[in-house]
Amino acid sequence: MSETLPADGLLGWSWLLIALPLAGAAVLLLGGRRTDRWGHLLGTATVGAAFLLALLCTVQLAGQDGTPADVELFTFIATGELDVTAGLLFDPLSAVFVLLITGVGSLIHVYSIGYMAHDPGRRRFFAYLNLFVAAMLLLVLGNSFVALYVGWEGVGLASYLLIAFWYTRPGAATAAKKAFIMNRVGDVGLALAIFIMFAQLGTTSYAGVFGSVGTLAGGTITAIGLLLLLGACGKSGQFPLQAWLPDAMEGPTPVSALIHAATMVTAGVYLIARSAPIYDLTPTARAVVLAVGALTLLIGAIAGCAYDDIKKVLAYSTVSQIGYMFLAVGLGPAGYVAGLAHLLTHGFFKAGLFLGAGSVMHAMDDQVDMRRFGGLWNKLPVTFATFGLGYLALIGFPFLSGYYTKDAIIEAAFDRADVWGWLLGGVAILGAGLTAFYMTRLMLMTFFGRRRWTEGQHPHEAPAVMTVPMILLALGSIGAGFVLVVATPLADWLEPVFGPPEEAAHAIPPVVVAAIVTGVAAIGVLAAWLFVGRREVPVTAPVRVSPVTRAARHALYADAVNESLFMRPGQWLTRALVWVDNRGVDGAVNGLAAGLGGSSSRLGRAQTGFVRTYALGMLGGAVVVAGALLAVTAG
Amino acid sequence: MSLSHYLVLAAILFTIGAVGVLVRRNAIVVFMCVELMLNAVNLTLITFARSTGTVDGQIIALFVMVVAAAEVVVGLAIIMSIYRTRRSASIDDANLLKY
Repeated sequence: MSETLPADGLLGWSWLLIALPLAGAAVLLLGGRRTDRWGHLLGTATVGAAFLLALLCTVQLAGQDGTPADVELFTFIATGELDVTAGLLFDPLSAVFVLLITGVGSLIHVYSIGYMAHDPGRRRFFAYLNLFVAAMLLLVLGNSFVALYVGWEGVGLASYLLIAFWYTRPGAATAAKKAFIMNRVGDVGLALAIFIMFAQLGTTSYAGVFGSVGTLAGGTITAIGLLLLLGACGKSGQFPLQAWLPDAMEGPTPVSALIHAATMVTAGVYLIARSAPIYDLTPTARAVVLAVGALTLLIGAIAGCAYDDIKKVLAYSTVSQIGYMFLAVGLGPAGYVAGLAHLLTHGFFKAGLFLGAGSVMHAMDDQVDMRRFGGLWNKLPVTFATFGLGYLALIGFPFLSGYYTKDAIIEAAFDRADVWGWLLGGVAILGAGLTAFYMTRLMLMTFFGRRRWTEGQHPHEAPAVMTVPMILLALGSIGAGFVLVVATPLADWLEPVFGPPEEAAHAIPPVVVAAIVTGVAAIGVLAAWLFVGRREVPVTAPVRVSPVTRAARHALYADAVNESLFMRPGQWLTRALVWVDNRGVDGAVNGLAAGLGGSSSRLGRAQTGFVRTYALGMLGGAVVVAGALLAVTAG
Repeated sequence: MSLSHYLVLAAILFTIGAVGVLVRRNAIVVFMCVELMLNAVNLTLITFARSTGTVDGQIIALFVMVVAAAEVVVGLAIIMSIYRTRRSASIDDANLLKY
């Protein structure tokens, strides 16, 4: 990492980025019902203001050629051996994330004003959303792993609160718990990695850790890398901790768009990209990142093909796309920029897709079963157009966002020019084909074909407060890829963080890769049309299906595996521990107490109250003492 | 009369007193038996004092008598008080202080 500048000018105020949404959350939560009437406006305004401030900060950062700015705030923990100062690091990498979070966040706040208009808990919703934005900004702006961890837990809490927003529904409450617990598994990994840094390096600041990590033994670095990866997998819904993300769709749709598609779930990618200096030293951990990414992108894509719940299909699509990003950052310097570019474009089009799905649900009385949709394209023209653009961007339609960023990842995989490169590239291309298949299936089932609506439904287009954010995100879906890859390359902007972009020797010419990917995607679209579009869609899901379909419908049995490998043995363990505690520990203590009590009450019976009994005892005692004295003196 | 005669007499008196304490129920009689035991001990003390020619034993015997006098005062008062409330001088009736 290059040298940092003390923050001056606007960058010195970058703590306001976090403070504004946090203050919004505090006012809304503490203000109670008094803020019901204008709470949503305040919540939106704080995030909007943060976005403007982020823009100005980024302009200043660009003015100083991207030299990172360090903002010292206060001493967070001070003990003898260990000093943690809370500070912010505003560098090109965090600037990119701050713009994504506040930008997409503002749009989704605006959308939520319309989406949650009739919900009695709207103020609480905006309070939680603001809390999330504040925590997420702390996560990406912190200048140490401890600050990142605080934000990391903060977004986990906000995610939990928002998934369980409709907490009276058992499904939502369970999904929130599942998300929270599976995230804990990952968080333990992140915490352990930070502990190792404390123990071995005595510091957790990015500058300190990255400066001295090279002095550690190779095994220790690999351990840190793998533990960080575990944390990233938990937060980003990657294999083997991917099962919580689709269930998290129980939350309101804007939450799915903001937290479980555009920002929070990409925190894992941020963590790995931020920790690039660590992963540079450990090829083993980097290979595991690659494997996780490749495996997850296939799992997500396969499961996405089989679900009928529109939000779950999008959720598995998110899992799969984040798999692409992991694959990219696992490739090393060649892939960081590609992965982050895909993260940004994905943030646009996936948020747009989720908002579109929310608009469809809004129109269809909160129906999510795609088998009950159909023929919606002329009833919801704006939703159809914006959703369609997001769809095209996701499947990599030429010259839209996904085309540039996904192809860059696949190219980078092939550029390894070894057998693994070919394998990973092949997997990524296969994933692109599957993506095209499931997204086309979703489009066909939702917007085309016969109307399979429930009786009495009259779909209507959403109000402008919802459609405008969708239109803006659709514009991002069209242009973001071109802007980030061609017009103002992200690689140049991130140069202070990842070093100058190297001109890779292409194993396969990019044009050929693009042609192959587009061709495979076209095959996927065609297959979807053959299987879904050409035929009548049954209103109830067919029961007699192939084993592959059945496995995909169960998300490749991830829940069953978790249940049999971890949950059941865990329950047995807790039951055994409870038994040991009740019978062993409690038994010993209670037994001792009962034994003492029983024997003392028996002894107490000796106190009869008859004076003559006592007198006999005294006499007997005196005789014994006298006898003993005599025996001693005589002997 | 040799030393042992006095000691045997004291032993007999002490035994009579001890047995009386153990077998009699009337508080007054028990009380008198206790006095008997005390006086048996006094006899022993004075016997040994005479035989060794010192005054230690006689002094202790005096102390015992003083204590016994005080004890008689307190003890008889207690017995009187118990008799007034319970209409009985049997020590087996005064058995409330127990487990």
